[in-house]
Amino acid sequence: MAGPTVLLPGTDVAARIEASVAGAVEEAHEGWVRIRPDRLLEAARFVRDDRALDGSFLNSLSAVDRYDCFEVVYNLTSMAHNHQFAMKVRAGHDDPVLPSVVSIWYGAHLQEREAYDLLGIRFEGHPDLKRLFLWDGFPGHPLRKDFRQLPGGFSPGLQRFPKEDPNAWGGEFRAD
Amino acid sequence: MPIKTEPFIVNIGPQHPSTHGVFRMRVTLDGEIITDAEMVVGYLHRSMEKLAEERTWTQNIPFTDRMDYLAAMTGNLSYCLAVERLAGIEVPERAQVLRVLFAELQRIASHAMANGTFINDCGAWQTPLFYMFREREKVLDLFEMTCGARLTLNYMRIGGVAFDIPDEFMPALRALVDELPDRIAEYEQLLVDNEILIMRSRNVGVLPPELAINSSVSGPMLRGSGIAWDIRKADPYSGYDQYEFEIPVGHQGDCYDRFMVRMEEVRQSLRIIKQAMEALPAGRHCADVPLSLRPPAGEIYSRIESPKGELGFYLISDGGPTPFRFHVRSPSLINLTALKEMVTGSSVADAIVTLGSIDINVGELDR
Repeated sequence: MAGPTVLLPGTDVAARIEASVAGAVEEAHEGWVRIRPDRLLEAARFVRDDRALDGSFLNSLSAVDRYDCFEVVYNLTSMAHNHQFAMKVRAGHDDPVLPSVVSIWYGAHLQEREAYDLLGIRFEGHPDLKRLFLWDGFPGHPLRKDFRQLPGGFSPGLQRFPKEDPNAWGGEFRAD
Repeated sequence: MPIKTEPFIVNIGPQHPSTHGVFRMRVTLDGEIITDAEMVVGYLHRSMEKLAEERTWTQNIPFTDRMDYLAAMTGNLSYCLAVERLAGIEVPERAQVLRVLFAELQRIASHAMANGTFINDCGAWQTPLFYMFREREKVLDLFEMTCGARLTLNYMRIGGVAFDIPDEFMPALRALVDELPDRIAEYEQLLVDNEILIMRSRNVGVLPPELAINSSVSGPMLRGSGIAWDIRKADPYSGYDQYEFEIPVGHQGDCYDRFMVRMEEVRQSLRIIKQAMEALPAGRHCADVPLSLRPPAGEIYSRIESPKGELGFYLISDGGPTPFRFHVRSPSLINLTALKEMVTGSSVADAIVTLGSIDINVGELDR
């Protein structure tokens, strides 16, 4: 495990993915490799299970608003080979939808919920996709670049926070 | 005669001492056995990632104090390191050693808090917690004499540290380093073979190693599950490759193993501190960095081993005075991914112990 961790060049990772999942790579760069969204699940399963790449540990899932599109970055580490590499995928800006990778890395569960909450990217196939930090009914997704302030202005006090619907979690409030 | 029970839902938290902040766990119970658990967070969400996009690179350092306020040093360090790697800034030798020194002191303070509250959750009401606080207090005194603050330190800067250590620092640190081994021995005598603690935490909240890796768990939780992975060894930063220390691992992945890993890590931190005290060179404590720093356009994912786990920053620069994207990989949030798997099938009392052994910090969880 002696360090330091090697950062695999994205072009090498791209060649390795391309050899098994042909046509999945959209663009390769020195620091990352970008995957076509419709081939994301195949490519993700490949990089996790491949012995040479061994991207079994998902460090971080970060979503970025690039003005004309949304980008999701998967930073992966192999503990066996002590290397890391980054995989990216892009979604359109108007209705961002991407396949969920929770079935491949369970660690993406909360991070995809966070990206959905703050940037409004829907992850199809996520077992429980709902807001993580903000409450249901919050207007908009605050980490988007065009979100400057709350629509309707700022109104202090608790009235901004709606009461929780007891039926949403299958119970009723009891006073006793 | 079989007795039929009906599942019912209980909210643990958000205002409850065992939730370590405003954290809420909504559990479905069948009798006393948990059949489903769901976490509800966001009570402490301060939208730091959005705010950080409006502030300069240097102005963002205080945000990292307020994430994990029990380990502000490592928050500072992780962010400053990420910016330095992005901008290609060399840190002076003395600043590197001071950073290691303070990061390890912070680890001792944070682990003392984690283990103290964990034993508190196990039912040893307050006494061990205040024993642990005794040592944490001395570490905080050292921080106070160096940078004036005890919790939100704001000590590290891009390119080094804010102040050099004062004259009275080294004697106080030497006294602490001489005293701590006896204290650790005292805790071990009190706790490690304690029948009640073992009964309460052995085979509780077991996390198998495969699930630990697949759910991106890091830090003492990952090592408690038997995986010797420590970023200080695997990807050394700030000159950690020059220090000798070992990585303690657990065997069963239960709450007791996580407790023991933290206990042993305090001892290893002490080893690093002793070596850093010897190695501390003379020189400058901060490099020359322009106040209006503009790192070249690019992106970086940089991580360090914080007391809670892998604390990473994903930063994108567009060449401007503020970050284009400031994303925090917070260990407190991601370590909770496997919470449902760990508590399902156990009783409510065991779920409290499991949550205590994860060592979350809600400030960092919600950001």
